[in-house]
Amino acid sequence: MRVIDVLYFAWVRERVGLPKERVETEAETVAQLVEELRGREERYALAFSDLSALRVAVDQELTDFDAPLAGAREVAFFPPMTGG
Amino acid sequence: MEIRVQSETFLPGEELDAFTARVDGAGAVVSFTGIVRDDSGALAEMVIEHYPGMTERALEKIAAEACERWSLADVLVIHRFGPLAPNEQIMMVATASRHRKDAFDAAEFLMDYLKSRAPFWKKERSRNGESWVAAKDSDEDALTRW
Repeated sequence: MRVIDVLYFAWVRERVGLPKERVETEAETVAQLVEELRGREERYALAFSDLSALRVAVDQELTDFDAPLAGAREVAFFPPMTGG
Repeated sequence: MEIRVQSETFLPGEELDAFTARVDGAGAVVSFTGIVRDDSGALAEMVIEHYPGMTERALEKIAAEACERWSLADVLVIHRFGPLAPNEQIMMVATASRHRKDAFDAAEFLMDYLKSRAPFWKKERSRNGESWVAAKDSDEDALTRW
């Protein structure tokens, strides 16, 4: 079991209904964490319904859904970025 | 290299003067300022959300890569967050180099990368409601030229 801070930004934050939470998880990868979150409640299922519309960062580095969670402290989910 | 992420406004002219003054001898300075655009005529404000911590890291990484690729005397990146009114400045980049091509190319590279690799998200609030600005495929495609 690992404890990870999970952060949500932009419309992902709005759909989930909170900006940040501490999650206890057995997930080994980001994709497994997503599956666990999806199974929680409808609002998570809605936020994670289309992974192609989402980006993920592990410990503040952009990565992909296959990324391992070993040693990770922080995972963030958000839509494609729109800086500039 | 100077990277600033801030909610306060800034004066592009003053920033550019200060930047130019400290790169004495560079020969070429290029700057770009991004402004809140109101295409519909109904925009009340644009709200910029960001990921504190990752934002600074991402901008530093992008600026460091520009410094590796081009011969630059200095780089400045300022990006705001929070609510912004139409016609307010959102961000600016400035680059200084010995010759203009390095400064122009590096400024374009910085803009292309910070559009889709720096964790900012824009929401538009208007009389017709509010909506998140969607990323464009063309912004992602722009990265392939580097």
